[in-house]
Amino acid sequence: MANRRGRRMGAWLVSGPPLVYLLVFFAAPALIMVLASFRSPAEFGGLAPLVDEAGKLDLNVDSYVRFFTETVFMRVFVKSAWYAALTTLTCLLLAYPLATLIAKSSAKYRDLLLLLVILPFWSNFLIRIYAWMIILGPNAALAKLVNGIRALFGAGPVPLLFSGFAVLICLVYVHLPFMVLPIYANLEKHDQALLDAAQDLGATAWQRFWRITFPLSLPGVFAGAALVFIPALGIFAIPDILGGPEDTLIGNLIKQQFLETRDWPFGSVLSIALTVAALVLAGIAAWVARRGSGASRA
Amino acid sequence: MRRRSPWLRAAAIFAYAFLYVPLLIVVVYSFNDSRLNAEWVGFTLDWYRKLASDTQMLTAAGNSLVIGLVASFVSTVLGTMAGVAMHRQRLRLLPILIFAPIAIPEILMGVSLLIFFVLLNVTLGLVSVALAHIAFCIGFVAIVVRARLAGMDETLTEAARDCGASPSRAFRYVTLPLIMPGVIAGALMAFTLSIDDFVITFFTAGAGTVTLPLQIYSMIKISVTPEVNAVSTLLMLLTLLLIIMAAKLSPSLFRSEGEAST
Repeated sequence: MANRRGRRMGAWLVSGPPLVYLLVFFAAPALIMVLASFRSPAEFGGLAPLVDEAGKLDLNVDSYVRFFTETVFMRVFVKSAWYAALTTLTCLLLAYPLATLIAKSSAKYRDLLLLLVILPFWSNFLIRIYAWMIILGPNAALAKLVNGIRALFGAGPVPLLFSGFAVLICLVYVHLPFMVLPIYANLEKHDQALLDAAQDLGATAWQRFWRITFPLSLPGVFAGAALVFIPALGIFAIPDILGGPEDTLIGNLIKQQFLETRDWPFGSVLSIALTVAALVLAGIAAWVARRGSGASRA
Repeated sequence: MRRRSPWLRAAAIFAYAFLYVPLLIVVVYSFNDSRLNAEWVGFTLDWYRKLASDTQMLTAAGNSLVIGLVASFVSTVLGTMAGVAMHRQRLRLLPILIFAPIAIPEILMGVSLLIFFVLLNVTLGLVSVALAHIAFCIGFVAIVVRARLAGMDETLTEAARDCGASPSRAFRYVTLPLIMPGVIAGALMAFTLSIDDFVITFFTAGAGTVTLPLQIYSMIKISVTPEVNAVSTLLMLLTLLLIIMAAKLSPSLFRSEGEAST
């Protein structure tokens, strides 16, 4: 008995400290944010007192009503989802051939090729955004080339920087590794014998890809799509730095509410909406991936 | 015999170029003798010299270093505990708390910690940033340590226990030395994540405290200057060194699954 209790104590001593830390600095703040969403903003920002002078408790759903009735916020959500979807699709088109090539490489080069995909992810996020400020800048070669071509057709010059285009290209740039890795992990496990059999039976290269490789790789594709779409949905630094005035996404809206308008309850509602969207999407991706892998095994 | 189509090769080369050319441009222009990051004029080290005398930048670097050291030390201790606990015990809550901060968009953790600190009257500054960094680094350390444990022979720890070692002695003299490469790799990762973090720091630093990424942010919001290229180049060099060290210690970090046994 004493021994068992001692072992349980020991187990608690190991799992307890990290558990407590994350409860305090991750779970509690999240819970407080949920509570804050049901409060009113104070006159100078933050939260109004919980109990006012008249003794009335400050709990309401005003911020939720505002979120669902003022269409401007829904429009920002739709715009963010649209940018995230375009990013996911572009990442898929770039990542699939790359993942295929790595999976087909000899074991000797595979780790190196994979490392080369991951490495840029470890360079500072802001530096990667800054790089596009240089490339798309008004005096840089790319802008001159584009506007030169436009001039040939009689069109006026367009700025590349501070535009939706700049936001999108940088979103793709930052998230590409997250699409390559799961697709590669899936492709690597494919059985070459299936493709050989199909070839013996006369399937063309395109048929082999479209009827065998691609359907089998869908779990990897969905995992990659979730890993790109979810962070892209909540991004704020990229539109903040590279976007124009029309490129306000959910992340920028949340930042505005907390740091500029200082309407914490409404900022909390926006954050909760983003969390719910992220969780639902992650759940769908996990469900599809599980179904997909079950089907391919059958 | 597997054939590789030239199309595939071209697409892959394009993808690698897309990943590396932007970073290369940042590095190259840091040595460019021109205020504008637009075309090559000539070689200079002026921007690095300017950097060395920029007191604001040096203060920011000092802050980043202190936060990085504190955050990586504490998160390595807590993360290692979490990794060991998740490997040995069947837990429900801890894995959720480990993976959730990594899975949700960063901004959510930033704003919820902002409310939390302000309501608790914690002054926003070095301390609040360090506390926040520890919270998001624990998960990464735990995952690396658990991967190391999964590839390890646990019978060694059991043998030590059978020979009469107490659980703490068995951990100290058998398990810990064996998982040490994973622990150090986790610490290096945590340090890198802390030094590089922008989003969570942005919300938890308050007005008076500046870290390197915050300093870079306020500079690029005003204008593009080669001084940013210089500090970026140095920061990339530091990150590269740390990650290579981590990869050497824990090769499974950068390998496909199923090869995690070394």
